[in-house]
Amino acid sequence: MTYLSLENLSITFNTDNGPLNVLNDVSVKMDKGEFVSLIGHSGCGKSTVLNIVAGLLKASKGGVLLENREVDEPGPDRAVVFQNHSLLPWLSVYDNVRLAVDTVFKHSKSKQQRHDWTLHNLELVHMSHALDRRPDEISGGMKQRVGIARALAMEPKVLLMDEPFGALDSLTRTHMQDSLMEIQARLNNTVIMITHDVDEAVLLSDRIVMMSNGPSATVGEILHIDLPRPRHRLSLADDPKYNHYRAAVLKFLHERHAQPDVPVTTTAAEKTPRLRAVG
Amino acid sequence: MNAYITATKNLLNPATLARLRGALSWQLLPKLTTAIARSLLVPLLAIALFLGLWAATAKNIQTSLGDLPGPVQVWGQAISLVQEHRTERRKADEFYARQEQRNAEKLAEDPTAEVKIRPYTGKPTFIDQIGTSLLTVATGFIIASLIAIPIGIVCGMSATLYTALNPLIQIFKPVSPLAWLPLVTMVVSALYVSDDPLFAKSFVTSAITVTLCCLWPTIINTTVGVSSVSKDLLNVSRVLRLGWFTKTMKIVLPSAIPMMFTGMRLSLGIGWMVLIAAEMLAQNPGLGKFVWDEFQNGSSNSLARIMVAVFTIGLVGFALDRGMLLLQRRVSWDKNAVLR
Repeated sequence: MTYLSLENLSITFNTDNGPLNVLNDVSVKMDKGEFVSLIGHSGCGKSTVLNIVAGLLKASKGGVLLENREVDEPGPDRAVVFQNHSLLPWLSVYDNVRLAVDTVFKHSKSKQQRHDWTLHNLELVHMSHALDRRPDEISGGMKQRVGIARALAMEPKVLLMDEPFGALDSLTRTHMQDSLMEIQARLNNTVIMITHDVDEAVLLSDRIVMMSNGPSATVGEILHIDLPRPRHRLSLADDPKYNHYRAAVLKFLHERHAQPDVPVTTTAAEKTPRLRAVG
Repeated sequence: MNAYITATKNLLNPATLARLRGALSWQLLPKLTTAIARSLLVPLLAIALFLGLWAATAKNIQTSLGDLPGPVQVWGQAISLVQEHRTERRKADEFYARQEQRNAEKLAEDPTAEVKIRPYTGKPTFIDQIGTSLLTVATGFIIASLIAIPIGIVCGMSATLYTALNPLIQIFKPVSPLAWLPLVTMVVSALYVSDDPLFAKSFVTSAITVTLCCLWPTIINTTVGVSSVSKDLLNVSRVLRLGWFTKTMKIVLPSAIPMMFTGMRLSLGIGWMVLIAAEMLAQNPGLGKFVWDEFQNGSSNSLARIMVAVFTIGLVGFALDRGMLLLQRRVSWDKNAVLR
């Protein structure tokens, strides 16, 4: 039973040098509770896919179905964990999450329930000790935890994560990955996560969607990760199956879709504001 | 008690003392002295150098009112201005005391007698003028902020409105206060007609002139602050489906506050400069009028007294800026902003 369906997504941006087809015919079907990673080289349009699912961008062709209904505008049922955390710097950790809780559960929860729910979600990401701190007073990893708590607190149908740990140092990143697996084991969310990190993708995902290089990027290959959960990075390190999956992703990225030797244009097409989607 | 004695003994133990002294002299002292030298000695040295140069050059400049005054004469005048203020206050107090006494006597003779307290009509002193100027600039600045911040917010949120208002803002922004002054004077005389005015006309004229010059930096900076809210934060608001009002209150305005304050600080600085010029030209009470009066007076002390005013204007301007800074630190969430 398909829960979330990305159907033939294509998007073309108008640039100063004429139209630029970033995505071409991207289709992915996901089940409820499935954890899917999107992996690919910089500039292949991973973030664009995520932004279309989030409703922040409109696809030129194709569309997104969630529980068989089309979604074409942003909403808290598809919560996003942004790469740069995007916490409001003037609000405390608690207030950042509370703002989301208050907005989403304005009518369905009482004040006390909203307070408890905020605390519960911060507890989930182990941030209860820093409720009154502001984002610039906590570390990068802690900010990302709060970002995740804020997204989880919306009780989304789909959790969208745009390179959530990309800006963190590797030690913090492993901590965060373990935390995320722990949360996922408890809540069983439907997750799409963008990543650059092969180990992260294999460790966390049920499936890895590998994308070909842009422009006109599309789904190159889909890899099922058939490893039992809970997964432990240490015991998996020597697991032949794990290493096989790892090798498969590396082969895809570095043999079949090796990045041409050009200066990396960091997903400029996705982030430049003057680009407008062709309707 | 015993424990206390032991502790004191321990503290006064020669070895501890030696260690303490060692720590002080070898680790703390050099750091401390460099810090003091940086933050105190260097500026003091620069000020001393300035005073020396001033004293040396001033002697050689002959004006029709005698030598250009040096630091010593100016300091002397500063003290005498404060003394004049004290004398004037004493006179005023005595004047009111005499009046009260007279009235009391009158009432004692005839309880139905009508008594009046006449205001003291002495000439405003230098300190009074500072007070008047501060009150005027505060009034003008507050009016300007009350107008400019809402306009800036609206311009920042609506590109259309910004396009509409931008030409007007750009044209009025560079206009000197002296050009506004005659117009403001005429308009105030025409419109502000009242038998018992709450404020003097000259006060209203000065305050409005300050307002007209204070508007623009606040409008422009608020507009920029509001329109340059981070796209990521706006995406957060889209995902949360925040309503227009919540989005404005929770995301747009807080993120614009640092820029708003930048604009207000610029405005206050401009307002203070504008006010002195306006007072000078329009003969409105205040520091500007003091300078002009001294210039017209042309006594041998006038130049030194004008210089006292110059330094006062500078110090007050500096204090106003610091005051805004403190307010910004209190109000704004952005505690790390580089504040200079």
